Parts: sequence; C-alpha cells; structure tokens
Amino acid sequence: MTIDLEQHIDANLIPILEKVHDPEIPVLSLMDMGVVRSAYLKDDVAYIKITPTYSGCPAMDVMGEDIIKAFADMNIEAKVSLVLSPAWTTDWITPKGRKALEEYGIAAPLEENADKEALLGNKKIVKCTNCGSTNTKLVSQFGSTACKALFQCEDCLEPFDYFKCLK
Amino acid sequence: MKNENLIQYIYGIADNALILGQRLSELCGHGPSLETDIALTNMALDLLGQTRSYYQYVARLTGDEKTEDDIAFLRIERQYKNVLLVEQPNRHFGYVITRQFFFDVFHLLLLQELQNSKDETLSAIAKKGIKEVSYHQRFSSDWMKRLGDGTEESHQKVQEAVDDLWRFTDELFHLTEDDKEAIETGIGIDVTNLKEKYNKKIKEILEEATLTIPEIKWFQKGGKQGIHSEHMGYLLADLQYMQRAYPNMVW
Ligand SMILES: [Zn+2]
Repeated sequence: MTIDLEQHIDANLIPILEKVHDPEIPVLSLMDMGVVRSAYLKDDVAYIKITPTYSGCPAMDVMGEDIIKAFADMNIEAKVSLVLSPAWTTDWITPKGRKALEEYGIAAPLEENADKEALLGNKKIVKCTNCGSTNTKLVSQFGSTACKALFQCEDCLEPFDYFKCLK
Repeated sequence: MKNENLIQYIYGIADNALILGQRLSELCGHGPSLETDIALTNMALDLLGQTRSYYQYVARLTGDEKTEDDIAFLRIERQYKNVLLVEQPNRHFGYVITRQFFFDVFHLLLLQELQNSKDETLSAIAKKGIKEVSYHQRFSSDWMKRLGDGTEESHQKVQEAVDDLWRFTDELFHLTEDDKEAIETGIGIDVTNLKEKYNKKIKEILEEATLTIPEIKWFQKGGKQGIHSEHMGYLLADLQYMQRAYPNMVW
C-alpha cells in the first residue's frame, strides 16, 4: 500500500507542530488552526506544507520560520512550503482550537449564513466572550487582523474580536 | 502560450492589486476613524498578499531570474499594467470608497471567472482571493450607501467622486494583445463578458445609495498599455524608494 504523502500528516510529527503557535493568536497551535496540509519525513528531512489563512497574513512567514526552529530543536531539518489550493476555511479550525479561541476572548466563527447576518448587523447572534450575552453589536467588519471583526457587548460593554467565517 | 505573454497577462491582474494596495497603505494611520482606518489597511494587506502570490508565480516563470521584490519594486512606470482607476489618489474618504467600490465589483467578477482558468496557479490564487474580495465588496458597497444616503454633504461629496471616477471604469473591460492570447489558450478571462454584470451591480448599489451614474461618452484609458496618469510617478517614487536608495536590501 502506498500513502499519498502530500495528503498525509505523520502522527510522529504532530507533537512538534503543536509547539508552533500563531504569533498573533498565541493560544492556537498550527494544528488547532488546521493550516498544516501535510507533514512527513523523507531521508531525515521533514517536509511541511501549510496553507495561508489570508493571502496577506504576515503571520505565515513567521510560522514558517517557527516550524523550522521547532524541528531544529529536535535536530531535524525541516522544509516548509505554502500551498494555496484548496484554500483554507475556518471549518478547519479544530473543536479544541475553537474552545481555545473563546477562552482567549475571541468569538469563534459562526457558520456561513449566520456569519453573514451577524456581519450585516441583521441579527444579534455573536456571543460576548466576557459575559456570554448575545446582545452584541458589530463595530467594524475588520478588526485588529484580517481574520477578525470587531464587536462590542451591549450588556457588559466589553469590546471583543470575532473570528470571521471564511469559506 | 509563451511565458512572456503569460507574464504580461498576470501583470494585467496583479498590478491592480499592488497599486490599489499601495494607495490604501498610504492611509495607514490616516483613516477618518479607527475602524475605517483598520478596515482599509486590512484590505491593503489582502491585496498585497494576493500580489505576492502572483509575483511569486511570475518569478518562477522567469526561471527564478527575478524575485517577487524585483517585480514589485524595480520595474519602470511603463512596465506596470494596472488600470488608471486604481492609481487615482486618495482625495477624501468618499473618493477612496468610490474608487474601491468601482474596483471591488470588477475584481470579484474577474476572480470568479479566473478560478476556472486552465492555469492551476492562477485558479488557486483566484479561489483564495474570492473569499477576501467578497468582504471588500461588502465593505465598500455598505459605505457607498451610507455616504450616498447620508448627510447632504456626504451625498454631494460621494456623488462628485462617482462623477469623477466613472470615466476610468470602461478601461476595466478592454483587452490587450496579451489578454487576447491568454483567452485563446483558456488561461485568460474575456473581461468584455463581465461588463453587463458589472454595470448591473453598480447601478443596483448606486440606486440604493441615491446616487447617479454620470452620462459621459468619453472614457479614459491607457494604464493597461503602461501609459499612466500623472499620479503614477509619485506613487512609484514612494513604493520603490527603499529598493532604489538601498539596492538589494532585505527585511
Ligand atoms: Zn458581555
């Protein structure tokens, strides 16, 4: 049996990849974000393919370097490349990742239609990460990074980020 | 298709993203409010990210003779193939939004077609870009409505912007020789087919915004041939400064 290496994440490499975090959302590992497309060892070199969240996401270059560092700490040489297709979607964030986001104060992405309603300001459905109220309003469709929108809770008044649905 | 034609075809798409991204970057720290400032620079970041993907592809097509930075920073004005619309300066917020809106509607239609290109890399870049540009179009459309249907002053200013910028929109649908060649090989998109949809979408939003499209018979063009407006030189001087002053510098 042959395994298509380009679709394969070697389970032995996952603990190393879990040590690498998004520099802008430090509670999320690369695995939690679902950006790792493949990871395998060949002739003692680790080949890692990651997919960018947003085209211009400056975190991607940093993550590439951090992967190389994390592997170097284990005395493994790593080669990182970017793949654009299939394009990343917020569906690839793992349940563990979503939980970590919420605890960190970033509301996790809603599903596509709900997201649209929330971002158009039609429905109050984004949950405040501070008090849990859905009495929240959109402040800006664009937040501190390309992947987030800015909301404010009208009950506890806390401003918070919402991770936009990307599909 | 010859590499050189393909490269020129890609410039026709990528340079729009670079130059508009540069224009939006100029607003970093100068937006009328914190939220709009952040939104405009986020959009700049998306566009520059898309530009990088295109230029990295061009760099590969040159057999790595050039890097993405060479392509972005070391061409002369005539070698940039962006449309005149995107190089128009940031006059006021309403003007910035109108320029963005006119481009976003076109950009989304283009990428929706480009995702079916026979060229796998262009198709992948387009698929990625669609997700981002959908947000841009939503943002600029919303603001067209808010400004057009806002106060007397905002209405007047944004109508003036529409009147001034509309003459640059026809160029979006012109075909260069490189475009024609790219279409023949199934790589390029025949943008002339997008015009009807474009006009319909623009009209729909502008009507809701209580704005009108000016009746003009003469449209300005040239950017796609590398013949730019007087604003382009200043933009490039800013964009290229570091590489010209410190050749081969890296971050
Ligand atoms: Zn709250």
